[in-house]
Amino acid sequence: MEILVFYVFGTFAVVGAFGVVLNRNPMYSAISLLGSFLSVAVLFFLRHAEFLGIVQVFVYGGGIMVLFLFVIMLVNLYQLRETNLFGTNTRGALVLVLVVAAVFSYLLWTVDFDPAFADPSSFVTAGPDGAEMGNSEAVAWTLYRDYLLPFEIASIFLLVAMMGAVILGRKQ
Amino acid sequence: MGDITTTHYLILSFVLFSIGLAGILTRRNLIVVLMSIELVLNSVNLNLIAFSYQLSDLTGQIFAIFTICVAAGEAAVGLGILLALYRLRHTTELDQATELRG
Repeated sequence: MEILVFYVFGTFAVVGAFGVVLNRNPMYSAISLLGSFLSVAVLFFLRHAEFLGIVQVFVYGGGIMVLFLFVIMLVNLYQLRETNLFGTNTRGALVLVLVVAAVFSYLLWTVDFDPAFADPSSFVTAGPDGAEMGNSEAVAWTLYRDYLLPFEIASIFLLVAMMGAVILGRKQ
Repeated sequence: MGDITTTHYLILSFVLFSIGLAGILTRRNLIVVLMSIELVLNSVNLNLIAFSYQLSDLTGQIFAIFTICVAAGEAAVGLGILLALYRLRHTTELDQATELRG
């Protein structure tokens, strides 16, 4: 049953990704991207990353997607006529992608990733202290106790990114 | 049918990564290039989540949160650059932005 869900939503994600790259109209690309993001969120749920799945829907499906659609409409991108969809160096780029794909396939073929090093079922409910807790609670424990400094650095990063975006987008 | 293994996730994320990379390298429209970058970052998240589950270690999920954070900042700044480029050149094609080319 679970593997069926995986195949269905994995196919959705790949189809959405192809839609992003191949669509002529950026508006359709954005909608395909949204479909791909939501399918990947379902795949997060399958690996017991419930908090990450919800964050994926909120941040990608809500925030980033609205940002993209907003800019597409602001710039009237969907009315600009694109005569040539792809750049001039398409052949070299595709060769590079094929080389990367070959390296990845070789790794997937030779390395056996499957044996679990620990029992995955212990991960579902066990928190840092071995107490029973849900995924969000466990993530919060780990984030605020072990990774507090990276968390604060990330907040500074977001502040800098916001200020940069405001300054870039300001009328001169 | 069998269970979902980490290899399933690795193959899917590798396919998404390759599609995103092809989009970054070949498309001319800046906004589609930004969307492809989001695809690539998302496929990395998929890998992190799969290994986090396999190793029973939440660190992978924490790392995925930071990746999402970086993706959000990158999208905001990238779209700001796109608006600046459009204001300057009235186009979003990357071929037209060759001022800095040596």
